[in-house]
Amino acid sequence: MAIGTGCTARPGKSRNNKTGSWRVFRPEFINEKCTSCGMCRIICPEGCIGENEEGLPVPDYDYCKGCGLCAEECPSEAIEMKKEEK
Amino acid sequence: MNDEAACVLFDSGHRACGGCAAAMAARLILDAAGKDTIVVSSTGCMEVFSTPYPETAWGVPWIHSLFENNSAVASGVVASLKKQGRKEKVIALGGDGATFDIGMLCLSGAFERGHDFTYICYDNEAYMNTGIQRSGATPYDASTTTSPAGSCSFGNSRPKKDLPMILAAHGAPYVATASIAYPPDFKKKVEKAVNTPGPCYIQVHAPCCTGWGFEGEKTVAIGKLAIETGLWVNYEMENGVVTKVKKVVRKPVDDYLVGQKRFRHLFKPKRNDAEIAKIQALADRNAVKFGIDITLKK
Ligand SMILES: Cc1ncc(C[n+]2csc(CCOP(=O)(O)OP(=O)(O)O)c2C)c(N)n1
Ligand code: SF4
Ligand code: SF4
Ligand code: SF4
Ligand SMILES: [Mg+2]
Repeated sequence: MAIGTGCTARPGKSRNNKTGSWRVFRPEFINEKCTSCGMCRIICPEGCIGENEEGLPVPDYDYCKGCGLCAEECPSEAIEMKKEEK
Repeated sequence: MNDEAACVLFDSGHRACGGCAAAMAARLILDAAGKDTIVVSSTGCMEVFSTPYPETAWGVPWIHSLFENNSAVASGVVASLKKQGRKEKVIALGGDGATFDIGMLCLSGAFERGHDFTYICYDNEAYMNTGIQRSGATPYDASTTTSPAGSCSFGNSRPKKDLPMILAAHGAPYVATASIAYPPDFKKKVEKAVNTPGPCYIQVHAPCCTGWGFEGEKTVAIGKLAIETGLWVNYEMENGVVTKVKKVVRKPVDDYLVGQKRFRHLFKPKRNDAEIAKIQALADRNAVKFGIDITLKK
């Protein structure tokens, strides 16, 4: 029997769903305090913290839900949660 | 922004609660296992929040099974890959309800038959997606909607089932427990499991802010406290023998319990000494069984 190589479904990407609209508090990254340890990037449940050329974390606010986990766990207190202005 | 590194295999835009450990776990699993992975996933929060029709957060082939047959579907995928001479890794994912209770029959069968796949249970200690019903993984005295604390009950009346030991007894070559509070350790264990031939099992502690009653920012802190109090032990077993254990300077169980609404009844209107002593005894038993205590020199 020939085995098909096609997909049985061709779903769209969850990226269509911009969860940033859920946010009540917004993480603000204070680069001067950041040691580029990478902790925030490892733990963000949204996987929405990237990295710029200097190795500093850059959140994607299109998807950040503002859960505050990165700010809570940052060993250098380099992230502050601020009330979101809408 | 460096999309490549941040999230390609498990993508943003999923609908988990803010601070969800299961979402963290999904990303860490794929980071560790890599793109040549096929995932079989039973119903539950992780499946629901990652695949709202017609979209998906999974960047690898992903199959939704029933609760009952997750491991049977994974077994079939493994057999088919073998016949085709393909080398992809197969991972079956299930919540604790799916794993400890409803999928147990097929899980036991697949492990006994010895299929080459990795089963990962993300353990949030109740059926969360349907509104916090107790499972075989719910800890002693936790209040859930089917084990509510009240005038005649202190919450869940049974201790957590020891599933890692049960699966090790099937002859599994590699069994490990992990926690999302220690991501590099968890990733190392996933890598080891997928690269070990035969059926391997990982149970990852995944604190659930919504079901346990704490703020989403505390997910990692709560996970750490479970380990620091000895109520959760991170260990590895190879061929039935415990080969590695995370040791701690133990804290009293109160430190873990007090921050969660599911244990609130143990502290209000006043501290329930008798019940908390029983939970402390569970932690003490873990400490002896696994030798987790670090004794500080005075
Ligand atoms: C056979 C069957 N029974 C019940 C359900 C309803 N159901 C959907 S998700 C869910 C909870 C699953 O709990 P768990 O496996 O622990 O995953 P969690 O939601 O906690 O992540 C239940 C009971 C179902 N889909 N199929
Ligand atoms: S607040 Fe939460 S979602 Fe936003 S970047 Fe921090 S960890 Fe990620
Ligand atoms: S956790 Fe803090 S110090 Fe580490 S990379 Fe993130 S912001 Fe920088
Ligand atoms: S209920 Fe718990 S496991 Fe489910 S999405 Fe919310 S935090 Fe995650
Ligand atoms: Mg569960």
